[in-house]
Amino acid sequence: MRLVLEKRTERSNTIALVSPLIAIGLTIVTMSIMFVILGKNPILALGVYFIDPLTDAYSLQEIAVKATPLVMIAIGLSFCYLANVWNIGAEGQFLVGAVAGSWLAVKTQGTDAGYWVMPAMLLLGAAAGALYALIPALCRVRFGASEILTSLMLVYVADLFLDYLVRGPWRDPKGFNFPTTAEFDPVATVPILIEGGRLHMGFVIMLIVVAAASVLLGRTIKGFEIRVVGAAPRAARFGGFNAKQLVVLTFAASGALAGLAGIIEVAGPVGHLQPGISPGYGFTAIIVAFLGRLNPIGILVAGFFLALTFIGGEQAQIAMKIPLDVTKVFQGILLFYVLASDSMITYRFRLIVPPRKVSRGAA
Amino acid sequence: MPGDPHSGATPLLQTVGLTKRYGDFLANDSIDIEIWPNAIHALLGENGAGKSTLVKTIYGLIQPSGGEMRWQGRKIVLSRPSEARALGIGMVFQHFSLFDNLTVAENVALGLDGKEQLKEVSARLEQVSSNYGLPLDPGREVWQLSVGERQRIEIVRALMQNPQFLILDEPTAVLTPQEADQLFIVLDRLKAEGRAILYISHKLEEVKRLCDTATILRGGRKVATCNPKQETAASLARMMVGSDIKEVRPAAGRATTIPRLVVNDLSLEPDEPHGVRLQHISLELKGGEILGIAGVAGNGQDELFAALSGERLAHDPGTIVIEGLAAGHLSITQRRKLGAAFVPEERLGHGTAPRMKLSENALLTGHAASGMVRHGFIDGAATLLTVDRATEAFDVRKAKRDPEAASLSGGNLQKFIVGREILRNPGVLVVSQPTWGVDAGAAAVIRQALLDLAAAGAAVLVTSQDLDELAEITDRIAVMFHGRLSEPMATADASREKLGLLMGGSSLGPTDSGQKETADAAGA
Repeated sequence: MRLVLEKRTERSNTIALVSPLIAIGLTIVTMSIMFVILGKNPILALGVYFIDPLTDAYSLQEIAVKATPLVMIAIGLSFCYLANVWNIGAEGQFLVGAVAGSWLAVKTQGTDAGYWVMPAMLLLGAAAGALYALIPALCRVRFGASEILTSLMLVYVADLFLDYLVRGPWRDPKGFNFPTTAEFDPVATVPILIEGGRLHMGFVIMLIVVAAASVLLGRTIKGFEIRVVGAAPRAARFGGFNAKQLVVLTFAASGALAGLAGIIEVAGPVGHLQPGISPGYGFTAIIVAFLGRLNPIGILVAGFFLALTFIGGEQAQIAMKIPLDVTKVFQGILLFYVLASDSMITYRFRLIVPPRKVSRGAA
Repeated sequence: MPGDPHSGATPLLQTVGLTKRYGDFLANDSIDIEIWPNAIHALLGENGAGKSTLVKTIYGLIQPSGGEMRWQGRKIVLSRPSEARALGIGMVFQHFSLFDNLTVAENVALGLDGKEQLKEVSARLEQVSSNYGLPLDPGREVWQLSVGERQRIEIVRALMQNPQFLILDEPTAVLTPQEADQLFIVLDRLKAEGRAILYISHKLEEVKRLCDTATILRGGRKVATCNPKQETAASLARMMVGSDIKEVRPAAGRATTIPRLVVNDLSLEPDEPHGVRLQHISLELKGGEILGIAGVAGNGQDELFAALSGERLAHDPGTIVIEGLAAGHLSITQRRKLGAAFVPEERLGHGTAPRMKLSENALLTGHAASGMVRHGFIDGAATLLTVDRATEAFDVRKAKRDPEAASLSGGNLQKFIVGREILRNPGVLVVSQPTWGVDAGAAAVIRQALLDLAAAGAAVLVTSQDLDELAEITDRIAVMFHGRLSEPMATADASREKLGLLMGGSSLGPTDSGQKETADAAGA
C-alpha cells in the first residue's frame, strides 16, 4: 500500500477556494499543540488571538489600519508572483517610500506650505519605491542576477539608511535624543476618516487599489500578459509578450505600491519617521498574497486575517504572557501550509492498495 | 534465451479483462490480449484509444482497476516497473528519458536496476550494441547524438536487461526511412531469437510489413485482433477509426501568385548550448503554394520556426520578407499584423498555455490583429466567439464550452490551434508538425484545412517528419540537415529514397563539397 501524488486533468476550482481554509485549519491545530507545549490553555489562547480582537470597536479599527499596508503591498507582490517574478524586498521598498515622502514633510516643516504637501508626499513615496524596486529588476534583466537575493538584501540597505537619517540629519532637535523626526505638520498628514478614530484615508486608497487590480488582472490585456508569462513562458513569447519588460514593469508596480503603503503608514498612523515603523509588513504581505490566491479580493480578505494575527498577538502578550514572536511563528507556519495545500489544486492524493500480494511469477 | 518451448499452449503474457478506470472514464475496457514468443505484435489505435494506458499497465507503471495479467500462465501483480523488468519485460518509450550532458554509458547505468560499475556497464553496452548492429560509443555525450542514435541508447538499455518481451512505443516516428529499415532488421533478429515484441504504431504500411499479429483498440476497447498482412491499410484504418476516413482532396489547378514569404540567405547562431546553427537558408514561397520541409527532428527545424515567427529576431531585416516587407527585425506580433500566422510543433506550453482556457488561448495569438482588444481591455465575447467558430469549423470535441487547453486530447487541441490561426485568414501560414501525435480523423481535417487555405491564395510552409503527409499535401519539398536547407524539388519527383538520402546528409548541396565530412559523420 502506498500513497501517491497524481496530476489532475484540470485544475480543481473547489480546492483552489478551500485550500486557504485547509491551511488555516492546519495552522490552528499546530498552534494549539505549541500552546500546550508552552503550558498555555490552547482554547483560551486561540480565543484571545482570534475572537477577542473582533469584539471591540477599537480593535476592529486597528485591524483595518494594519490591513491597509498589508493588502496594498500584497497586491503589488501578486503582480510579480503571477508573472513568476520573485520580489522578496517589499519591506525595503516600503521603507524607502516612507523615507522619500518624509523628506518633503521634513523640508516643509513649519513653513506655510499648503494642502499639496500630502498628495506630493504620496507621489514621492510611490516613485521612490518603484525606483528602488527597479534595482533588482534591472540586475535580473541585464545580468541575470537572482532577484530573490538582490531584492532581499536591499531591505537591509533601506533599513539602515532610514536609521541613519533619523539618528542624524533628520532627528527632531526637541526629541530628547530619540531617533525620530519631529511630528509631521497637519498638511503633511493623511487625514483621519472618522473623528477620534484611527481609520485613515489610506484605507480608502487601499480599497481603490484592490478594485483597480481586479480590473487590471481580469479585464485588460496587460493583466493577461502578466498571467500568461507566469503560467507558460514559452507560450507567452509565442504570443508576442516580452518577459523581460514584464520583470521591470511588475517590479516597478509592486515597488510603487509598497512605497505608497510606506509613506501612508508614516504620514498616517505613525505621524513621524522613526525606525520600526513596520512590524515586517513587507514580509507578511508575501503570506497575504499567497493566502489570498494572488487574487485581489482574496488578498483583501487575507490581509484582514493577518492583521488580526498582529492584533491578537499583542493582546495575547498582554493577557497571557505569550511571546510576541509567536505571531511570526504563526505566520510562517501558515505560509508553509498554504503552499502545501496549493499543490492539491493540480495534484491529488491517491492510496494504492494492491489487490492481493500473492504469487508474483515465482519460477 | 527464453527456454520455453511454447508449443501453442500458454502465451508469454496474457491480459484477461484488463480494465483501467479514471473516475467515470474507462481508459481500458476489459481488454484481452495474448503475446506470444517469436512474434511481433502490433498495437494499433488512434490517440486516446488506450494504447499507452495498456502498455503502461503491462509495464507496471499503472495499476489496473480490474482484470488480471498472466505471465507464462501465472497470475501476476506488478506494482512498479522494476518488477516488470525483473520478469523480463522491457520498454522503449516514445519520449526519450536521457540526460543531454551525460555520456551514453552514464545514461544507461542510471537506467539499470543492478549496481554495476560504470566500466562494466560500458563493456556490456558495447558488446550488446555491436551484437545487434546498433553501434554506440559509450563515451559520447548524448547532446552530440542524432535522434536515431538516442533511440538506439534506449533500445540497447532495454536489451541489456535481456528481456523476453520488449514493448516499443512508436519507435519510427523520429527516424529517416533508412534508419527505420535498420530498426526493422534488429526487430526481426530479436523475434528470431524467440523474444516477443509489442509494437505501437500509427504507420499502417509499416505494421503490415513487420508484424505478425495486430490488436486494434478504439475508445478503450479491443475491436479486433487480426493478421495485418492479410489486411489493407484502408481496412486497418477503418477498424481504428470506426468509419471511413475522409480522403484529403487537393483543389484542382491551384494557381500560384506573387511570393508571399521569402527567406534570403538566413544564418543564425543558436541561442541554446546544444542548438543548431542555421546556415544560408533561402526559400521563396508563392501564394497558393504549399512547401514542405522534411528532415529528422533536431536538424534546425525548431530554430527555423523561431526565426520565421519572430520569436528570435534576425540581424538583417531583409533576410525574411513577409508580403513584400522586410520583416527580419519585426516581433511576432508585428509579423502577425502583416498577415502571417504560426503553428508550432509543441501544442502544450508553446502553442497554448496548458492551464488557461481556450478563450484565453484564442487571445494569446489573436490579441495582435483580431479586434479582441479595445483600448487595452479584453473583449471576452470576441474571444469566446473565436472558440465557438473554431469548434464548429474544425469539429473540436471538448467537455464544455471553454475548458482548459490541457484537458483536450492532442488531436482536438491541434484542431483548435490550427483553426484559431486559419480563422484569421492569414496570407502566410508557417506550421510545424501539423499532425504530430494526432489521430487519423483529426489529421485529415487539418491537412484538408491547409490545402483549402492554399487554394484560397495563402502561402503555406509545412515542416514535418512524416513523409507521407508531405507527399499528400505539398507542391514542393526541401530537406533540412544540420541547419541547412536543400534546394526544393517538385513533390512528384521526390522519391522516398531521394528524401531519405538528403535527410541522412548525403548529396546535400552538390556544388558544396565542404559539407562532405558532416555528412559522413552522421552517415546513417
